[in-house]
Amino acid sequence: MFEATAQNRRNLKVEGLLRLLFLWMTCMLILPVALILGVLIVRGGPAISWEFLFTQPMNNMTAGGILPALVGTVWLVVVALIASVPVGVAAALYLSEYAPDNRLTRAINLAIINLAGVPSIVHALFGLGAFVIFFRFGTSILAASLTLAVMTLPVVIVATRESLQTVPLAFREACWNMGATRWQTIRKIVLPNSISGILTGVILEVSRTSGETAPIMFTGAAFFLPFLPQGVLDQTMAMSLHLFVISTQVPDVPEHMPFGVALVLISMVLAMNGISIAFRVYLRGRKKW
Amino acid sequence: MSVPVQASEAADYAIEVEDLAIRYHGKLALSRVTLQVPSHEIFGIIGPANSGKTSFLRAINRMDLMTAGMEVSGSVRVEGRDVRSWRNPYALRQRIGVVFPLPVGLPLSIYDNVALSSRLRGTRKKADLDVIVERCLRRAALWDEVKDRLDSLGSLLSGGQQQRLTIARALSQDPSILLLDEFSIAVDPVTTMRIEEVLSELKSEMTIVLVTNLVQQARRLASQTAFFLTGELVEVTETEAMFEGGAQDPRTTAYVEGKFG
Repeated sequence: MFEATAQNRRNLKVEGLLRLLFLWMTCMLILPVALILGVLIVRGGPAISWEFLFTQPMNNMTAGGILPALVGTVWLVVVALIASVPVGVAAALYLSEYAPDNRLTRAINLAIINLAGVPSIVHALFGLGAFVIFFRFGTSILAASLTLAVMTLPVVIVATRESLQTVPLAFREACWNMGATRWQTIRKIVLPNSISGILTGVILEVSRTSGETAPIMFTGAAFFLPFLPQGVLDQTMAMSLHLFVISTQVPDVPEHMPFGVALVLISMVLAMNGISIAFRVYLRGRKKW
Repeated sequence: MSVPVQASEAADYAIEVEDLAIRYHGKLALSRVTLQVPSHEIFGIIGPANSGKTSFLRAINRMDLMTAGMEVSGSVRVEGRDVRSWRNPYALRQRIGVVFPLPVGLPLSIYDNVALSSRLRGTRKKADLDVIVERCLRRAALWDEVKDRLDSLGSLLSGGQQQRLTIARALSQDPSILLLDEFSIAVDPVTTMRIEEVLSELKSEMTIVLVTNLVQQARRLASQTAFFLTGELVEVTETEAMFEGGAQDPRTTAYVEGKFG
């Protein structure tokens, strides 16, 4: 006959308590998300309409819609993507597939970690100095997007590298042993089995940049512009800056407007995340090994 | 294919190794290996784990270039030519087929697995590839089992089938040397016997180096067998003699009789 010892009973008790504690902490995590979304939907929901989304701001931004900011944010994110993805993916391919383990590689890895830790306001000043002034792009979508691109580059590299690393080394070795070059191996085996993961990660990371305010404030985002940008050298309004402006800089804005802007902004990010998650689920369904 | 300079005197040996030593990050894994592998024979290598058998194979097809920290000294000649004198190691590797202990079905269709090596070399015509795929799958004793589902994923076949797929893929390189590294570890006995039959037929066309942890497998197949122990070559002997008590070193006799390892 087996008998539980005092130690066994104590273990069981601790196990139960810890489980409850961890569950409680997890619920605490959900709470702010639920509150933010709840408040935004209740207070910003009434502001949302076709007119709000698709017309110009009026009466010193106290009425009308947010079209220039919405379009501007899309411009900024898309141009930032175009700039950061090729560089980030190429760098990740080098680091994951080619780089020998030497001082240079370790220095590059250190640089990536440090770049990820640079505060966004410092990126903003760097962008101002480098892109606006030195490269003479002026305050423009191009300068702002390049600033965002530099800022997201480390996360793009890390996400891509992680995705590449999910392809087992045995596959690479099998290819190398039959005389494939590293590039042939990447093209035939590594990329086809990680490209969707790379895209997922990249979309997820870059969608976060749509909410950044500081890096675009000095480099391309305008306080108020009554027209839509026509090209990458134009200035533009942006959702994040617009939210800051109407919340703090403009008197007599009806209360529902900032909440409406915030709701649209967060919906954009969540939609991107949703696409990203759907992608991942789809991929899991057709895993090849 | 260029004719090696020393071909006339060295034609009898597919692989000649002289004073080979292999280090990983400075740590010695294998040393003082000198041996010759005769052409068109099966050459067995036996020895317990960590004796340097796999490292030996990796030195032959210059995988040291793809392995961080792996250093090779001494000389390895393949068909009379030092492997380090090949300016294009990819061309060298194409002539050497390799089969690993655990089967590696690439995440491609069965057809694409076998067609891969030809495609890497620039063969594009479907008709040519069809011929290669069927021939190699037949020779690896897999054709009858998969001919109706060549489009399904090679990585989802059973272990034994994947190992035969790996062999078919190695044969598709049309290699002059085939390196087998404990191929039967993840394969059932029946499949192992079928593969062994295939190997006996293949030796008329290529030289086979068979690393195995089953001493009886070496006995069945190999004409000469080398015994590796803790990073050193103990001896190379005619296989039958080795098993009939004619080994030069008492450790070899002890090992083949199952007294250690």
